[in-house]
Amino acid sequence: MSGVWIEAGVKVAVLMGLLLTGAAYLTWVERKVSGFIQARIGPNRVGPLGLLQPLADGLKGFFKEDITPKYAYRPLFLLAPALAFVPSLAVFAVIPFGDRLPILGRVISLRVADPNIGILFVFALASMQVYGVAFAGWSSNNKYALMGGLRASAQMISYELAMGFSVVGVLMITGSLRLSEIVFHQQGLFHWNLFIQPIGFVIFLVAGFAEANRLPFDLPEAETELVAGYHTEYSSMKFAMFPLSEYFHMMAISALTVILFFGGWQVPGLRAAGLAPLAVSILELAAMGLKMGFFLFLFIWVRWTLPRFRYDHLMTMGWKILLPLSLVNVFWSGIGILMGWF
Amino acid sequence: MENLFGLAIAFVAIFSGLMVVLHRNPMVNLVSLIINLASAAIFFLLLGGQFIAAIQVIVYAGAIMVLFVFVIMLLNLRRELDPPKGGRIQKILYLPAALALAAGLVYAALGPRIALPAPPPPGPDFGSVERVGELLFTDHLFAFEFVSLLLVVAMVGAVVLAKRRLD
Amino acid sequence: MEINPNFCLSISLILFTIGTAGVLLRRSIIVILMSIELMLNAVNLTFAAFSAQLRSMDGQIFVFFVMAVAAAEAVVGLAILIALFRLRGETDADGMNRLRW
Repeated sequence: MSGVWIEAGVKVAVLMGLLLTGAAYLTWVERKVSGFIQARIGPNRVGPLGLLQPLADGLKGFFKEDITPKYAYRPLFLLAPALAFVPSLAVFAVIPFGDRLPILGRVISLRVADPNIGILFVFALASMQVYGVAFAGWSSNNKYALMGGLRASAQMISYELAMGFSVVGVLMITGSLRLSEIVFHQQGLFHWNLFIQPIGFVIFLVAGFAEANRLPFDLPEAETELVAGYHTEYSSMKFAMFPLSEYFHMMAISALTVILFFGGWQVPGLRAAGLAPLAVSILELAAMGLKMGFFLFLFIWVRWTLPRFRYDHLMTMGWKILLPLSLVNVFWSGIGILMGWF
Repeated sequence: MENLFGLAIAFVAIFSGLMVVLHRNPMVNLVSLIINLASAAIFFLLLGGQFIAAIQVIVYAGAIMVLFVFVIMLLNLRRELDPPKGGRIQKILYLPAALALAAGLVYAALGPRIALPAPPPPGPDFGSVERVGELLFTDHLFAFEFVSLLLVVAMVGAVVLAKRRLD
Repeated sequence: MEINPNFCLSISLILFTIGTAGVLLRRSIIVILMSIELMLNAVNLTFAAFSAQLRSMDGQIFVFFVMAVAAAEAVVGLAILIALFRLRGETDADGMNRLRW
């Protein structure tokens, strides 16, 4: 009994450590890649290649003065960053990063939990995230923050629908909501859901960009119109929690895209190559990391490629294009299953 | 350990329920209601209903409550501006009335017992998505389809009511 | 991890009473709507408790339907609230005592 608890504790600790460092270094990667795309250098002062920049940023965040505006509604103003931060981190509890890792004489399954409701858990946490943004906007008592909060919550709600429906096709084909079973169902390159559900994949990715409030859908914090949107009044680490949760969001969406449409940790033909189990599971972990890394890169790439949408265009696209399209996709998947195509 | 956990959640549920009714700031009422719904979701989990717990958070706490957030933000209801003018009688009578209702419910609960046959132990799939889906699409299909009609009617009604001018 | 269904029933009773008191006490329509949601949620808890006690999934199916009805109710209620707010500029239930304006 206690062994199970210790194992779970170690897994959670390792995962949290990786995620926090990962998010910190994602800021560095974002600035470096942005620099590359714009033909400039990017951070290069703190440490070799600017590698210590995230550390310096974190220290700066801790030592900045923490201001609560006089007319802010204090309880909610303090609660909002935590509400944005915690669900985005908790999503990773159900994400499987690999199958099994035989190490130190035990076989460790590379996920913290694998509940029956799998992907519904992810959506439940995603729907909780709206409140962090909405309450931050409302409690700041600032018109720009309020506008940003309203925009953000409307946007997240609208795209949550399209996102949910885009996954239904995958769930119908797999016949389970467990993320690990969704991965196991995609053995072999041409059984990846990408090839079976291309429309679902596109809708999921677009909705994912909108859910993470990333460009081209970063209207909630459109700095040219709204100062900084819902987090205008925040400072110090309370402010840092919003961008951090955005980075966790990006990582979660990348991981989910890989799991739902790109075969998760699986590499076609690796299991048949006859390697040692430990080598196989390490290679699979690396494959998962690489696939996730590609989508993280895509997030940054798109940021400097597409201009920001106008708000009514965003809403029109969510409700009048993506949502009907995802319903068509569900219908088409049903026909496909009936005819035995998948 | 488990009892303690249940007690803690019960305390959260009751306290947040009281805050929904007693606090004067609509946004605090709303946050308390969301906390209350989330604690109910934990109760659902403890009672073996995984699917309804997830749906509770997604639909109830995540979608219906967002509507309330929107209304409060759009109407900018900072607080109830003035204390109730006429309704003195409610201030006096609400507690006895609610307590009478509670007493009636307790009386009903303590009334004659019906001997129930001992239930079989739950299967491993009790409350799982598969079981709920199976029941929804077989035994309760008519009600399920009818709920979709209800939602369409509610949607159309809401648009008609809230739109400034129908064109 | 299990929990005693009777315990849940008593929680549900308390929450339902609180919700009733809220509907009776508060004059702001939006808080009245919230109290109604509180009551519906208490009923849901009862259904789930009975479902666990009787080992029957029907209670959970009922929870599902109650949620759908609650969604419909909240949507229409809030739409009426917005229409009234446009007309009267307040959300006080006592102000809504005329048949025509």
